[in-house]
Amino acid sequence: MALVEIRDVYKSFQREEQRIDVFTGLTLDIDSGSFTALMGPSGSGKSTLLNLIAGLDKPTRGTVTVGGKVVSAMSAGQLAAWRASNVGFVFQSFNLLPVLTAYQNVELPLLLTRLSKKDRDERVKIALDVVGLGDRAHHYPRQLSGGQEQRTAIARAIVADPTVMLLDEPTGQLDARSSQEVLTLLQRLNNEFNKTIVIVTHDAHAAERAKTTLHLEKGDLIEKPRGAAAVGGMR
Amino acid sequence: MKFLRLVVANLLRHKLRTVLTIASVALALFLFASLRSVTTTLAATAQFGGARRLVTLNATGLVFPLPLSYVNRIKAMPGVTNVSWANWFGGKYGDGKSFFASFAVDPESYLAIYPEISLPAAERQAFAQDRTGALIGKRLITRFGWKVGQNVTLQGTIFPGDWTFTIRGVYTPTDPAIGDDVLIFQHDYFDERIGRAGIAGWYIVEIADASQAPAIAKSIDDMFRNSSAPTKTGTEREFQASFATMWGNVSFLMSTIGLAVVFAILLVTANAMMMSARERTGEVAVLKTVGFSDRLLFTLVLVEAGVLALTGAVIGLGGAKLLYPAINFNGAGFLPGFKVTTSTLIIGTLVAVGLMLASGLVPAIRAARLPVVQALRKVE
Amino acid sequence: MVPITYNVRSVVQRPLSTALTALGVGLVVAVFIGMLALANGFRAALARTGSDTNALVLRKGADSELSSGLGRDVASMIAADPHVATGSDGRPLLSPEVYVLIPLAKAFDTTQIANVVVRGVSDQAWTVRHNVRITAGQRPASGRAEVCVGNRLTQRFPHTRVGETLRFAGRDWTVVCNFSAAGSAFESEIWGENEQFMPVFRGQVFQSISFRLKDPAAFEEAQRSLQADKRFTVDVHRESTFYAQQSQLLSNILSFLAIVITSIMAVGAVFGAINTMYAAVASRAPEIGVLLTLGFKPWTILVSFLAESAFIALIGGLLGCLFALPINGIVTGTTNWSSFSEVAFSFRITPLLLGVGIAFAVLMGVIGGFFPALRAARLQVVQALR
Repeated sequence: MALVEIRDVYKSFQREEQRIDVFTGLTLDIDSGSFTALMGPSGSGKSTLLNLIAGLDKPTRGTVTVGGKVVSAMSAGQLAAWRASNVGFVFQSFNLLPVLTAYQNVELPLLLTRLSKKDRDERVKIALDVVGLGDRAHHYPRQLSGGQEQRTAIARAIVADPTVMLLDEPTGQLDARSSQEVLTLLQRLNNEFNKTIVIVTHDAHAAERAKTTLHLEKGDLIEKPRGAAAVGGMR
Repeated sequence: MKFLRLVVANLLRHKLRTVLTIASVALALFLFASLRSVTTTLAATAQFGGARRLVTLNATGLVFPLPLSYVNRIKAMPGVTNVSWANWFGGKYGDGKSFFASFAVDPESYLAIYPEISLPAAERQAFAQDRTGALIGKRLITRFGWKVGQNVTLQGTIFPGDWTFTIRGVYTPTDPAIGDDVLIFQHDYFDERIGRAGIAGWYIVEIADASQAPAIAKSIDDMFRNSSAPTKTGTEREFQASFATMWGNVSFLMSTIGLAVVFAILLVTANAMMMSARERTGEVAVLKTVGFSDRLLFTLVLVEAGVLALTGAVIGLGGAKLLYPAINFNGAGFLPGFKVTTSTLIIGTLVAVGLMLASGLVPAIRAARLPVVQALRKVE
Repeated sequence: MVPITYNVRSVVQRPLSTALTALGVGLVVAVFIGMLALANGFRAALARTGSDTNALVLRKGADSELSSGLGRDVASMIAADPHVATGSDGRPLLSPEVYVLIPLAKAFDTTQIANVVVRGVSDQAWTVRHNVRITAGQRPASGRAEVCVGNRLTQRFPHTRVGETLRFAGRDWTVVCNFSAAGSAFESEIWGENEQFMPVFRGQVFQSISFRLKDPAAFEEAQRSLQADKRFTVDVHRESTFYAQQSQLLSNILSFLAIVITSIMAVGAVFGAINTMYAAVASRAPEIGVLLTLGFKPWTILVSFLAESAFIALIGGLLGCLFALPINGIVTGTTNWSSFSEVAFSFRITPLLLGVGIAFAVLMGVIGGFFPALRAARLQVVQALR
C-alpha cells in the first residue's frame, strides 16, 4: 500500500463569478521512502496538491489518504493534531517566526507533544545538527542567511519525525549555492533517514535530485514518471 | 506552561508598543481607582457616625446658634447619657491660603463622646486645664511644623480679632472620617471672648440605646418647638450625610468621567491589539501548518491580551493603592480618610478582565478561524 | 508631496481601527470640554454676580458675607457718604442686606438638603443690582412676609413658584415673584425685605452693604476713605472682584481636576495613536518602499503620515465636540465652599472651548503620529520592499 493515496480527487475554486476546476478526478500514489518532485507551470495545481496532502485544504470530491488515515475526512481539530505529528511542511519564504530563535522555531512542533523539556532539547539539537546549524541555534531568523533560514525550516519540519515531508518551492528564494545545499540535505534525509519527501518546484535542477518526477498540467498528470516506484493514474 | 515563551516572545516583538499599551491600561485603571475612591470616600464619610450620637441644630439653619441653656434640659431627658456642644470657628492662619477647620468645644464632654479622638492622657489633661489651650490633628503638625507647647494665632473671620492658643496635644483619629486636620479649643474661652453670649453651634447628644434615636430626637425637637430657637435633631450619620450631598452632582460626574476614561482607553487598547494581531496573520497560518490547533491559537492570543491587561491593572490599581497613603492624600481637607477600597480594586480587576476579553476576543476568534490556505497565499 | 488622497484612502481602508482611535480621542476631548465647561460655568455664574459699578462693604476681616456683621448705624453712616450714587428720587442707591443660609430639601430627592441663600434687601437693591429682572409676579411689598425666588431655584426646590408658600425660619412666606440675574449666583437666592428678615434671623445686624458708586472709576478712593473712617471698621470690595474671588476655591479645584484627568487620559490616547500609527506604518512598509522608489523624498513621507495621524485625531476632536455639546446649558448645582451656599449654574461651552478641544485633539494626533511617521520616513527601500 502506498503511503499517500489520492483517489479520484476533484477540486474547484469559486473565484468571483468564475468556477475554476483544478483537479477533475486525479488519482495518484506516493510510496513510503520515495522522493517525488511535482513540476508544472503556474496554476497547474501543484501547490494545491501539496495542501491537500497536508490536510490544509479539502478536496471537493474524492479521498486523500496518508499512512492509512483518510485525511480528507478529518475535522479541523483532528487535522491540527494529525499534522503536528505526521507532516513536515516547508515554505518558499521559510516562514520562521521572527520573534523566536532558530532553536525555538525548531522546537515549536514539539511543544504540541507530551515530550519533556529534556527530550525536546535533545531532539531539537539533533535536528539542527542534521541540517548543519548546531552552532546557529540561538540566532534569530534575521541574523541568518536565506540558506540557513531554509535549513532551519527543514529542521522544524523533521523534528517531530513526520510521516511525510512536503516542500513548496523550497529553493525558490535561494541563490544557486544555497539551493544545492538544501537539495543535498533533502537527498540525505531521503537516503540516510528514509524520509518520504514531496517537493513542488519549477526548477529542473531541483527535480533532477528527486527519484521520481511528476508533471502536472491543468490538473492532470501528463507524463509517466521515470521511476518505477510511483504510478500515476490518468482519466 | 511551555507556550508562555511564545506569548512573551510576541509581547517583546514591539517592546515600545507593549510598554505603551500596558501604560495606557495602567493609566486608565489608576484614574478609575482614583475617581471611584472619591465617591467611596464621600460615601464612607456620610456613613460615619456613632449609632448612639445625635446632633441637634437650630431648625432655622446651620449658621444659627442655639442657647447654651439647652444643655441641662437635654441632659435631663430620659435615655440621654451625655451632652456636648461645639461652635464652628472660622479662623484664618497666616495668609489664609492654607485652610483648616477649627471648633470651640467643651473639652471634657466632647472627648468623652468622641472616643475616636485618641491622644495621650497627659495631653488630654493639659488641654482640659488650659483655658486657651488647643488640640490639633496630627496632619497640622506636618503641614505647619507646629510643636506641642507652641502658641498659634488665628484671625477670626466670624468672630473678629486675633485668637492665640497654646497647643496642648496632638490627636490621631481612629476613624478617618473625623479628619486629622482640625484644631479644637475650649468653648468656655470662646464664650468669654464673644461677651458671654451663651451660644452653641450644635449639640452632640449621646444616648443609651441606638434604637431609641428617632423617639429621643423627636422629644428634643418637641421640647423646644415653641421656644425662640426651635431645634432640628437627627442622627450624626444624617448630619454627615447632609455634608456629602452638598457636593451635589459632583460625585455623579466623577463616576461618569471614570467610565468615559475607562471606555476611551479600552477603545484605544483594543484597537492596538487588533492591529498587532492583523500583522501576524501569516504567522498564525504557519503555526496552523505546523499543527497548532484552533483552540490553542485562540487561547494564546487571549492570554497575550490578558497579560497586557492584567499587568496594566496591577500597575495602575497597585499604584493608586500605594500612592495615596504615601502622599497622605486627603483632597485638601475635603476628603478625609481618602482610601482606595478593596471593592475598587476588585472592580478595577474585573474591568481589566473585561478589557482583556474586549480586546482579545476578536483577534483570538480571527486567529482560530483563519483559513490556512488563503492566509498562506498572502504570505507566499 | 504625497497626495493627501493617498492618506484619506488608507484611513478609509481600515475603518474599524480608524473609528476606534478617533472615538478614543473623541472621548478624551469630550471629557476635557465637559470638565472645563463645568469650571467655566461656575466661574461665569459668580463673575456675573458682582458689578463693576458697585461696592460691597463687609466687617473688617470677614472673608464672606456669611461671616460679616454691620450695625444699623454703620448702614446709615455709609448711606450718607458722598461716594454713594443717588437715584432719580434723590435717595442713595444703597442696600444694607441680611444674608443667611437656610436648609431646603431638594425637589427630586427630599433627603438631600442644600443650604440656600436668603438675602434681605432694601427696595433700592432692585436698582443697585442692575442685572436683576423680575420674570414673573410683582416685587415683594414692604412690610409683608413676601419673597422673590431666583429662577434657578424654581426647578430644584419645591414651593418656590409664584403664588406658593415657602416655609422657613418658623414662618410662612408667600412667593410673589421670580427673578433672573443674567445667569449669576443671585439666581440661586431667595430675596425678601431686609426689615422682614432681621427679626426672624440674626437680630439688628446687616451682613453686608452694597452701593452704587457715584464714580465707578473712583473706587480706590472710596475704598480708602471708608476703610480709614474711624467710626467703623469695614472692608470695602469692588463687588465684581469680591464674587469672582468667591468662585476661586471651587473653580480652581474643578480646573485642576479637569487638567489632571484629561492629561492622564491624553497620555493614554497618545499611546493609542502611537500604536495605531506604528501598526499602520508596519503594514504599509511595501507601499512606502514603492513611494520612495518612485522618488518621493523621505520628509514628504513624514509629513504624509503626520497628516494622516492628525486627520484621524481631527475626526476624533470633532466627535468629542459633538459628544460634549449636548451638556451645554445643563443646570447643575454644588456647594460653593467659599460661602457654604448652594449655587446652581449651567455647563458653559464657548466657541473658544470647542476650538481648544479640537486643537488639543490635533496636538494628540501630531504627537502620537510623530515617531511612527519618522520610522516611515527612515525606512530603507530594500528593507521595505522585502
